[in-house]
Amino acid sequence: MSQMTETTAETTARQSGMQVSKTDVAIDVIGMHKWYGDFHVLRDINLRVMRGERIVIAGPSGSGKSTLIRCINRLEEHQEGQIIVNGTELTADLKRIDEVRREVGMVFQHFNLFPHLTILQNLTLAPIWVRGIPKADAEATAMHYLERVKIPEQANKFPGQLSGGQQQRVAIARSLCMQPRIMLFDEPTSALDPEMVKEVLEVMISLAEEGMTMICVTHEMGFARQVANRVIFMDQGQIVEQNDPENFFSNPQHERTKLFLSQILH
Amino acid sequence: MTTDTAYIRDEFVPERPAPGRAGGPIMWLRANLFATPSDAILTVLGVIFLLWAVPPIYNFIIGHAVFPGGTVEDCRAEGAGACWAYIYARFNFFIYGFYPIDQYWRPNIVFILGAALILPLLIPTAPFKRINAVLFFLVFPVFGFFLLSGGVFGLSYVPTEQWGGLLVTLIISLVGIICSIPLGILLALGRQSDLPVIKTLCVMFIELWRAMPLITVLFMASIMLPLFMPTGTNVDKLLRALVGVTLFASAYLAEVVRGGLQALPRGQYEAGASLGLSYWKRTYFIILPQAIKHVIPGIVNNFIALFKDTSLVSIVGIFDLLNTVQAASSDIEWASPTQAVTGYVFAAFMFWIFCFAMSRYSLWMERRLDTGHKR
Repeated sequence: MSQMTETTAETTARQSGMQVSKTDVAIDVIGMHKWYGDFHVLRDINLRVMRGERIVIAGPSGSGKSTLIRCINRLEEHQEGQIIVNGTELTADLKRIDEVRREVGMVFQHFNLFPHLTILQNLTLAPIWVRGIPKADAEATAMHYLERVKIPEQANKFPGQLSGGQQQRVAIARSLCMQPRIMLFDEPTSALDPEMVKEVLEVMISLAEEGMTMICVTHEMGFARQVANRVIFMDQGQIVEQNDPENFFSNPQHERTKLFLSQILH
Repeated sequence: MTTDTAYIRDEFVPERPAPGRAGGPIMWLRANLFATPSDAILTVLGVIFLLWAVPPIYNFIIGHAVFPGGTVEDCRAEGAGACWAYIYARFNFFIYGFYPIDQYWRPNIVFILGAALILPLLIPTAPFKRINAVLFFLVFPVFGFFLLSGGVFGLSYVPTEQWGGLLVTLIISLVGIICSIPLGILLALGRQSDLPVIKTLCVMFIELWRAMPLITVLFMASIMLPLFMPTGTNVDKLLRALVGVTLFASAYLAEVVRGGLQALPRGQYEAGASLGLSYWKRTYFIILPQAIKHVIPGIVNNFIALFKDTSLVSIVGIFDLLNTVQAASSDIEWASPTQAVTGYVFAAFMFWIFCFAMSRYSLWMERRLDTGHKR
């Protein structure tokens, strides 16, 4: 667990550019339930995310955190309740699903880069074939984002030739190339060597500073303290507690939250 | 060594080349053939086997063989080896079957054109891939068909019954291979579909065709099918065999491709989906290139089997390469003790050339497509 100390960068990040909209709802989850067969994985989830909000979801494994964010871009289907993303309600309608996915970037624990394509091709595939952007423009955008994640020199390599941290940064850049309005992170640093966690977190922090709406499932509590507006704690498929990071960490209310924090903060 | 627990490295160990391996032929023999007593025994046994097996084979194929220029009397002589003179004399029959002799230029053009179009397709760096592919997959079959069967543009009509030999073997196997690829892929995708109707249809198709021997398929196509068809309709025998072989091969291919699809981590599907790529774009750009790469050995294995299985069409009266060889072996003009054996050795060699080429090509392709993602 990499603990980040309070820095001046953090304070400035909180103050500048991280405006949360009061009226513009990015994601609205209302009374949502999900089952895997007979197993009730998500129970009565209510979550409203405003534009520009940065939310960290924490909780023990099997608590449904990943499933929740995977429902938001319909990698998983929910059975009850509503999920409305950027004003579009997710239903079985494939058109709506694609519409939502175009605007919602996702970063996976295991990167999921396309191993048979070069880094540049990984980044330009969706912009070219989903957005219909000309190849040259897509490549220019791709190089821009590769520079942002500080690995433009890797553009013509294959994913297998990169380190885990580099691959995850490429995965973030790949999502950004679609210019999404929301980014979902599913334990983005859990599969990384300890030395590589920081380089990925730095990219995520800079995204947050730009005001990207983000939901991150992560165990990086330092990251949560530094950039989150809200920390959500889940257990057994339910939202157990949510609060701003300061109060969440210093003054947890629910017994389960206290236990969890005592286990991971040492 | 002291038992100090603290240690700090004060010099960096520079990289140096690996120690050289001991050279020389003697060392090589020691290391590879006589490393242990049991190795030595196996080596000796192996040499004895080769000494026993190689000379007779050599004598039959080369040493005592009768080469072109020899006569049938030479072949009938006591102790004569393979009768290559006979193969040479009947070579055209093995290549063209009963195709009219004065029309051989037509299959020759098809052979040359086919080779000229397929070779650049197989070489990844050759230019004009798109035009090349259109010419080979769309224009060439139509052109080739009309050139071979004639009846148009003043060409004399040659019914498919007269086509034969290597020509027919190549036609059946190429059509079977090329048509079964898209069919097999669609069947494999269909079998994984979420839509129950499509899934059931694909499963039924695959299981039905896989459960029948190819011989049965060919028999049904050529003998039973006409019984069910309204009188007067006549579907060409070669065409029926082509359809049978293609559908048969596609069912097998579908299962191989399905193996590749299942080997892909779920994350690949999800990453494609989360970028907003539609099902077909996901499948085309992300899933299939990886899935097929995984199963190239299995696919080529199928193609090699298919190529050899084409010889089964002989049972429905089509004169493929093997059937022409078999037919010629009763040729009294060249009757000799080694006539039949020579024919089969020749046929085996012809099949081997094509199968070996396919095998080597697939190995080369596998290495080429390896982007080192197996970490």
